Amino acid sequence: MTEKPAATAEAELVCAKCQVALVPGKVKASYLGNSFEVDLLRCPGCGFVYVPEALALGKMLQVEQALEDK
Amino acid sequence: MDGEQVRGWEGRCIEEQQPACNATCPVHVDARGMATLMAKGDFEAAFSLFARVIPFPAIISCICDHPCESACRRAERGGAIRIHELEKACVNFGFEALPFRPLRARDKRRIVIVGAGLSGLTAAMDLALKGHDVTLLEAQSWVLDRLTRYDRHVLPESVLAADIARIHGSSIELRLGSPLTCDGSGPELADLIEAYDAVYLGIGPEPLAGIDGLLTVNANGRIAIDPLTFATSHPKVFAGGGQRYGTGYSPITSVHDGRYAALSIERLFQGASLTANRESQGPQTTRLFVNTHRHAVAPPVQPLDPARGYTHDESIAEARRCFPCHCLECVQVCPYLEHYGSYPKRYIREIYNNETIVMGQRKSNRMIDSCTLCGLCAEVCPEDLGMGEVCLSARQGMVEKGRMPVSHHDFALRDLAFSRSDAFTLARHQPGFASTALLFFPGCQLSASSPDHVAKVYAHLCERVDRGVGLMLGCCGAPAHWAARNDLFDATRAEFRAEWERLGKPPVVTACSSCFRMFTDHQPDVNVESLWTLLERVGLPDGHGVPRGLTIHDPCTTRHETAIHASVRRLAAQRGAAIAELDGAERTTCCGFGGLAQFANREIADKIVDRRIGQSDADYLTYCAMCRDNFARRGKRALHFLDLVFIDGDPAARRDPGFSARQENRGRLKRRLLRDVWRENVTEPTEDILLTVAADVQADIEKKLILEDDIRQTIRHAETSGRKLLDKKSGHFVACHRPVAITYWVEYTIENGHYVVHRAYSHRMDLEATS
Repeated sequence: MTEKPAATAEAELVCAKCQVALVPGKVKASYLGNSFEVDLLRCPGCGFVYVPEALALGKMLQVEQALEDK
Repeated sequence: MDGEQVRGWEGRCIEEQQPACNATCPVHVDARGMATLMAKGDFEAAFSLFARVIPFPAIISCICDHPCESACRRAERGGAIRIHELEKACVNFGFEALPFRPLRARDKRRIVIVGAGLSGLTAAMDLALKGHDVTLLEAQSWVLDRLTRYDRHVLPESVLAADIARIHGSSIELRLGSPLTCDGSGPELADLIEAYDAVYLGIGPEPLAGIDGLLTVNANGRIAIDPLTFATSHPKVFAGGGQRYGTGYSPITSVHDGRYAALSIERLFQGASLTANRESQGPQTTRLFVNTHRHAVAPPVQPLDPARGYTHDESIAEARRCFPCHCLECVQVCPYLEHYGSYPKRYIREIYNNETIVMGQRKSNRMIDSCTLCGLCAEVCPEDLGMGEVCLSARQGMVEKGRMPVSHHDFALRDLAFSRSDAFTLARHQPGFASTALLFFPGCQLSASSPDHVAKVYAHLCERVDRGVGLMLGCCGAPAHWAARNDLFDATRAEFRAEWERLGKPPVVTACSSCFRMFTDHQPDVNVESLWTLLERVGLPDGHGVPRGLTIHDPCTTRHETAIHASVRRLAAQRGAAIAELDGAERTTCCGFGGLAQFANREIADKIVDRRIGQSDADYLTYCAMCRDNFARRGKRALHFLDLVFIDGDPAARRDPGFSARQENRGRLKRRLLRDVWRENVTEPTEDILLTVAADVQADIEKKLILEDDIRQTIRHAETSGRKLLDKKSGHFVACHRPVAITYWVEYTIENGHYVVHRAYSHRMDLEATS
């Protein structure tokens, strides 16, 4: 479940609180007691992680459903 | 769900029963399968299917006495399929010399067959293919002597030769001109019994001399043969064919006798029971239900040249006349059962496997949760098998084992929680009364869809019913029941009961079919009546109807409540409606809400609604708020019965309020009633986050099961904490919030004090930046 930052090229996201651009970084994703590490855009200051819609409704949803059926 | 229960359900699905042609055939030729292949022009595959069962396909295709045709269900719609002619065509256009490929027998035995007729040759071929040593004794100098007496036009020599070549190409040791004797001039039965492991006598109908003391005979002088096992009185000797059934020659029965005598001989070698598990042997009646009236009448195809039989194209045309026979009554009426491409017997097995799997993916979870539990399948099933019962039982197992995917019912159960909360619940005597003679329970969905109707109906009932009409707003627990959440269902029922008892256990009148069902089935001591039968008794409010033609859709949860069906129709007529029927009240369908299917599988729920609304172009009339709103959601003009009573504009054009408005309407209804009926000082809450949501965004969030309240919470969280992103390109803020188990994302801008929502979505996975 790796979302390449390039996929969000249309957006130019900055953290409104820290006033810095988001950068790719490691994020821990967990669901139903399973967790794994993924690369996502996040704020280098406060750690705000961005999930684009295509990821939430695509790969992420698939993984959620697979874990629910496990 | 236990194994015995599963087998009981499976046994009631008759789709796998043999079609009549196949069942009637003594050796169960799959004529339906052959016709299906021939209809596609695949004669080779059809021949292969034929030859899988028939050892001498060319001969049998010409002379079979085809009992199958007399059983063919096409006979009811124009004339039986000419199966015999199709078999001939299948051999003519698909014949392929069959290779002799025997198995390697683990325990090779020596068998002698006496008589090279169809029964003897069938037994010989079957046993040789099993890898045994087979010797065949024939009195004549050729095989199949009896068949040489057929007219050559019926059984051409080339046909005989084709199949005889197969015998010669086998491992069978043919001893022609070798009659059984009783004078020592040739082989005697006693010698054969001594020398071989088993003997089969396929000697035609004539009594056999020289068997005194060896085999018991009948009064007619023929050997006494067990019709199931083909055993004689000697354990090593079997017999069949004309010797068993007499002089009326039946080629296919001879094949049958040889086939099943060979099976007995195998069992003798294995020390297995000769009689066990032979129920499906020989001609059978079938339980397969076929609704022949689904098919247009069509007469059999007549061959242009009857002497030559069907041409290639004629046989395809005749094969296409085969329905083919299937039950599939439920699959034809249910888009859910159709969606998964199979039929209940297989679904039940899949569901059971899903429940009992130890490791790996439970692939049927969503299928189980996609059933609307509407009961139409049981209604149309000749054996009353209902998939709803199976799916609900499976859901209970999933919940008990902690295997129910949380996302399937979470939204509906949170909606249930709202309906159980103080925001909606209310239970009061009528103002000015200390007791309740009748309790109006409108149900949460009518309150969500048409709160105004609830208020008006309550006022009307108060006017027409003496001694006090109480009101109770709340939920009957149906969503919890459908989600197999017995804990929530019990709690919801307990809440109802506590209030109902406090109000003096009055009779209950409900405007909702699902509530009616839940009370009737799960609260037997609650005296419940439908609002529609009550309204017929107490009368509608004064007023006139507007004459209009409407097509009625009955809610599935009151499928068998004929009194309700009749009342609604009469009341609708009072209000000017000319009612047209769809398939009748008892064959009604679900609107997709039942069983929470629309939450677990929107695609299937939409297919169900779309099929229903496609049945008629007329405006629909229903008396379930969910049905009406689901029809409206999919673009159908639809009225609730109360729209005929309280006329307001063009109610058929009323849009589906959507999930957010449903909750808001419930809360607003309670506050309105408290203010207007009980004269309490209740104010409407003020909203700090004012949203602007365009129609396309509204439809999108509705589909994603996101409430406007979720969006408000997310924006409030972002605006108070300052934690949000800014997309410098679009100028949109991007906020996220995870109140409990779902993370909501909202893209918005702020314009004139309003929050304009551009997009919202959610996920369940929890994310945390690692260092």
